[in-house]
Amino acid sequence: MTDRSSPLDEVMRRGPRLLGPGRSPRSREEGARGALIAVISTIVFAAVVLVWVLTSETWPAVQKQFFSPSAFREVFPKVLSGFWLDVQMFMVAEVLILALALLVAMIRALRGPAFLPLRVLAIFYIDLVRGIPIILLILLLGFGVPALQLQGVPNGALFWGVTALVISYTAYTAEVYRAGIESVQESQRMSARSLGLTQLQTLRYVLVPQAIRNVIPALLNGFVSLQKDVALVFILGVREGVQEAEIFKANTFNYTGYIAAAVLFLLVSVPVARFTDWYTDRDRRRRQAMSS
Amino acid sequence: MAAKLEIRDVGKSFDGKEVLRDIDLSVKEHEVVCLIGSSGSGKSTLLKCVNLLVPIDEGSISLDGREITGPDVNPDVVRQKMGIVFQAFNLFPHMNVLTNITLGPRKVHGLGRQLAEERAAVLLERFGLVDKIHDYPDRLSGGEQQRVAVIRALASEPELMLFDEITSALDPELVAEVLDVIRGLKDQGMTMLIATHEMGFARDVADRVCFLDDGVILEQGAPKEIFTNPRAARTQQFLQRIIDAGRL
Repeated sequence: MTDRSSPLDEVMRRGPRLLGPGRSPRSREEGARGALIAVISTIVFAAVVLVWVLTSETWPAVQKQFFSPSAFREVFPKVLSGFWLDVQMFMVAEVLILALALLVAMIRALRGPAFLPLRVLAIFYIDLVRGIPIILLILLLGFGVPALQLQGVPNGALFWGVTALVISYTAYTAEVYRAGIESVQESQRMSARSLGLTQLQTLRYVLVPQAIRNVIPALLNGFVSLQKDVALVFILGVREGVQEAEIFKANTFNYTGYIAAAVLFLLVSVPVARFTDWYTDRDRRRRQAMSS
Repeated sequence: MAAKLEIRDVGKSFDGKEVLRDIDLSVKEHEVVCLIGSSGSGKSTLLKCVNLLVPIDEGSISLDGREITGPDVNPDVVRQKMGIVFQAFNLFPHMNVLTNITLGPRKVHGLGRQLAEERAAVLLERFGLVDKIHDYPDRLSGGEQQRVAVIRALASEPELMLFDEITSALDPELVAEVLDVIRGLKDQGMTMLIATHEMGFARDVADRVCFLDDGVILEQGAPKEIFTNPRAARTQQFLQRIIDAGRL
């Protein structure tokens, strides 16, 4: 669910500094030397991997099946139009998730015996959903609910696929919000209550605004995750990007569509991941500046 | 004069440890009562009990003759009548000074934005902070933050003010400006219950001083009596240490 940055990620992000003399090179020459080492080692590493793969006996066959330029040209428009559906699913789902998860988290944060049933319900929902693999949830809702043929309930695979994503991600995201709410100092809650604000007002005006600021990096991480996981609804037959690649493969026995889909997902998710890191770094620096 | 605040036989334990025992204390209208005693003697807990932030285990607390510790009392309504200021300022860091002050009046007391802001400006003017009106708390000094916290509590027009060691977290040179604010409130007749380590201040400003020791009020009386002629051995010992430290 969460995107952990790999050591390679770290090198890409910090660039030469990580390979050089440390995070803050003492002199410009040392920095330049570090950069040089970084460039050379990257080239050497890439060359080794490339030679290793290209000299494999089966590479020509793999190249034809996965990296065929003509197949790419043919399949790309189809995958792209499917991918647009992925993007739309992502946007609709994300908005719903952010709102619903906040609601669930606020319910969990309410105190006092009067709210116990609501709290228990929220905990039950979170535990239940987090305990089921997301793919299973998609299958269960996507095939199960339409089979019930309920009156007045949509039967579309797209609808239930997105609903499953929303249900699943809302549970995780609610926990992110909750961590944020709990990270706000107890004295803030006490101050707000002492002014006569009710629990809900305290959450709304004092705790949640501070909580959200604390968890924006974690929420952005969830964005990256969901942006890829929308592709899981292909299993219901929804014609999104991966499904288009799948159809192309079934017709031509060529896998290049997968590569086309991967490229499209990367084009969207890498910038978001970089932005997340940039934002997290900036936020940390700001906090350090503030506390010093 | 009728008692504004009446604390009767109040007891409180945390995890089996008794932090308040048989507390009897009343504060009359316009009276200023200072709670003194070493850290951990129960001063802060007592104030939080009065504000209903900490539920009491035994006894009762009444405001204007009506019990506020009963089961049917809405704590939000009770808190509207009193203000509390804490040691650590606790301003809301994501709001500027003006919004910090107007939050209570607007959301709790239903004042319109314009009226709430006008009143806030009047208070800020009175306490010499009007040029900070749009600043965020992290731009203010500790003393300024604490004065804003006092104003925030006053903005709800409380009938009783509680102060919980509000100068303990301040740099020494900032203490005076905050204490002056309380002196100003005394001159206007505000009823106040003040936990403090500033003995000189307590002597000046208090109508009555209560010495708390280990969760019990050991003695109370006029500041002159307590500070010059304490009866209990623990009070003498406590004051002697303060004098030795050059704080009185």
